[in-house]
Amino acid sequence: MIEVPEAPAPAPTPAPAAAQGSRGWLRSNPLLAFGGAISALIVIIAVFAPLIAPDPGDAGSATHPFDVLKPPSANHWFGTDQVGRDILSRVIYGARISPLVALFVLLIACAIGIPLGIAAGYFGGWLDDVIMRLTDIVLAFPALLLALALAALLPPSMTSLTIAISATWWPWYVRLIRGQAASVAGRPYIESCRALGISRRRIIFRHILPNAITPLIVQVSLDVGGVILTASALSFLGLGAQDPTPDWGLMVSEGQTYFTTDWWVVTFPGLAILITAFAFNLLGDGLRDLLDPRRVILR
Amino acid sequence: MRLEITGLNVRFGARSVVDVDELGVDDAEIVGLAGESGSGKSMTTLAVLGLANTVGATVAGSIKLDGRELVGLPEKVLIGLRGSRIAAIFQSPSMAFNPVFRVGDVALRALRRHGLTGSEATGRVDQAMRGVLLSPDLLRRYPSQLSGGQLQRVAIALAVALRAEVLLADEPTSALDVTVQAEVLELLRELRSRDGMSVLFISHDLAVIAELCDRVAVMQAGSIVEQGPTDQIMSGPQHPYTADLLRSVPAIERRG
Amino acid sequence: MLAVVVVAGVVLLTFVIAHAVPGNPAASWAGPHASPAQVAAAAKYLGLDRPLPVQIAKYFEGIFTGNWGLSIHTHQSVLSNIATAAPASLELVIAALIIALAVGVPAGLASARRPGRPADQAIRAGSILGVSMPIFWMALILQLVFAQRLHVLPVAGEYSPNLLFTNPLTKVTGFPVLDALFTGNWPMLGSTLTHLILPAVVVAAYPAGLISRMVRAQILDTVGETHVQMARALGLPERDVFGRYLMKLAWSPVSAAIALVFGYSLVNTFLVESIFDWPGLGSYAVASIGTLDTPAILGVTLFVAIAYVIANLIVDIVQAVIDPRIRLR
Repeated sequence: MIEVPEAPAPAPTPAPAAAQGSRGWLRSNPLLAFGGAISALIVIIAVFAPLIAPDPGDAGSATHPFDVLKPPSANHWFGTDQVGRDILSRVIYGARISPLVALFVLLIACAIGIPLGIAAGYFGGWLDDVIMRLTDIVLAFPALLLALALAALLPPSMTSLTIAISATWWPWYVRLIRGQAASVAGRPYIESCRALGISRRRIIFRHILPNAITPLIVQVSLDVGGVILTASALSFLGLGAQDPTPDWGLMVSEGQTYFTTDWWVVTFPGLAILITAFAFNLLGDGLRDLLDPRRVILR
Repeated sequence: MRLEITGLNVRFGARSVVDVDELGVDDAEIVGLAGESGSGKSMTTLAVLGLANTVGATVAGSIKLDGRELVGLPEKVLIGLRGSRIAAIFQSPSMAFNPVFRVGDVALRALRRHGLTGSEATGRVDQAMRGVLLSPDLLRRYPSQLSGGQLQRVAIALAVALRAEVLLADEPTSALDVTVQAEVLELLRELRSRDGMSVLFISHDLAVIAELCDRVAVMQAGSIVEQGPTDQIMSGPQHPYTADLLRSVPAIERRG
Repeated sequence: MLAVVVVAGVVLLTFVIAHAVPGNPAASWAGPHASPAQVAAAAKYLGLDRPLPVQIAKYFEGIFTGNWGLSIHTHQSVLSNIATAAPASLELVIAALIIALAVGVPAGLASARRPGRPADQAIRAGSILGVSMPIFWMALILQLVFAQRLHVLPVAGEYSPNLLFTNPLTKVTGFPVLDALFTGNWPMLGSTLTHLILPAVVVAAYPAGLISRMVRAQILDTVGETHVQMARALGLPERDVFGRYLMKLAWSPVSAAIALVFGYSLVNTFLVESIFDWPGLGSYAVASIGTLDTPAILGVTLFVAIAYVIANLIVDIVQAVIDPRIRLR
């Protein structure tokens, strides 16, 4: 590499120095800021849904036969659906569902992935081989497909959906943690820890785990969007939430038949999926840029 | 051929990394630019090539090649000059070649862009390779298949093939074994006497500079603190920094 | 090799899934009005009364000899169902990947040329948008806008049904576009291509976003290296540096990304097939899901997994060809 004295990013813009404070940070990370803001907004909407939604009852099984399929208006900003329910309220309540599924799926994936990953990476040997072959086999299926197959074979519900997606998501985490564990375990200072008689458990918890946390956080934040998309796709196929749950994917599927004449039934829930996935993906991407030391130089 | 650098200032934003009042390279002359790592020597190379902006630096001042001002020239013109009049070789020859291209590919492409036909280009490069005592077959190899010394000689051959008049050599021997280093230095001397090629030899290694260069310029923190004929500088340094540098290389002190 | 082990594991896994699932396939096969005797007969026919290890062995034997079971809802061989439906899906995925490369690579390059500037931010935002797109929704919206409202593109199907009378398509490869091309059936070629546009663009959104980001990351990773300055110093114009020169380094990881995204895209096509009336594996899969046709579902799963493994193998070979670093190791 040519010896260049501390060159900043290779673009002829003024150096985004950290000393510029929050304003500078915002300008140099617009995508991350935007993603973070929208993600936070979505979480807030989900938490305060009953207070924000104009017609909370519509999020359930209410029917209003006289208000069926009304276009967006002052009363119903997103219009009404095929049984007269306010779509805005349903979309707001839907914000509780998708991110929650993502949360559970990723928790389960970590719960399985971390122990298996550490076992494979730290202990190595045949245990490593077995675990790796296992993950290879599961990873040979595209995630969506396996989730599809599983969800199809289980009775349709949000629980089945969560289980199905978790079953396909954990291998990546095993791989990730294993990589980290293996690279740390191979370092000389771990050898000296062992020589000093420090217990295996201590080594794992105080040395190996902390190193794995950062890539884990990055991976989780990147995956949230992916899980949300997968979950909504499965709900669209009827394999997840069932009526009257205000799941966005389900709403798009239900609105399909009316789409050509009543566009709003499909458009708004789908838009919600898009914006949510987009926001969390931006957040994940931004976090990765921030926490991955290599990338920092090349922003 | 005369390369004349006057009042050159290279900066990153508000921070100045090169501040050269005067530095010149004449025909068939090897000029050494000595100094520690990080003193701005490499940025000087980039500035002369007109490539300082690719790392985000701005250039002010004057760099004249045979009286023609290079600073501020449009990119198109600079591309024409690069390789064909001014060439460069870099430290770490194994990093100076794209691992997925054959060693001769990029130069051949550059030659064709300069107007030569395919066979003319191949002919020139092959001849240049023989001139540095390497078989032209090596051009078809990938960088991972050649040694550091071979790669550096290929780099020099490419500069010759492009008919460069002045070669900017940025720490060319720092990553090489001493024996290979000697070969490369010999090659540079040969090119000077045979083809009249000039070299701006940038290095932190004073011993090598003392051995190779006709004149020396000593750079400290981006500015030239002393310059003159090599023997003169080595035997009687005027500036304290030069004296410091010399002290750290015991072998030179024993010379004349 | 490793691939064989993986495929064997895949086969085993599908068997495990099939038998871990609640539901009685014999009853489904016999139909809702069958008597217990008929259900028992169905069970015997389907081989469900044999002990488990025998069933597993038979299953493996079946898979490798081409007997993938009988589809419950079509009552035909699963494998033949798949063979009929697969080309349509594959055609769509390949078309989508071509579009994704054609859009993603230049976008990534443009993005990498001036990192941090507005163009870069915009392209990055666009790439992430592509990756966040709910495919089924995008399909519906595009279909509504371009086909039904603007009448620019056809609504559904692989080609215009009228053409079946005037310019019938002879089957050569099973891929409509290729068949039309090889038989010189120009009207049909035009029709198949226009029908391909909307679905392919929809499926291309995710890979395009992914490829764009990969290219950008790869280029920015290598743009500071010495050999790039060397290339510039030899007189290579900037356009070439960001075009052929740096891109050649990026093809290897991009190929790997394509293998990864192939499986994902194939499943995505399943989602949009019902929307565009595309007669591919997706429609078959959706119908199978609706009728709880376990053998069919597993057959499709197995097929996709195998296709995925094959795609990875192909990419491995391509990588060895285009990247000397891999060859010379």
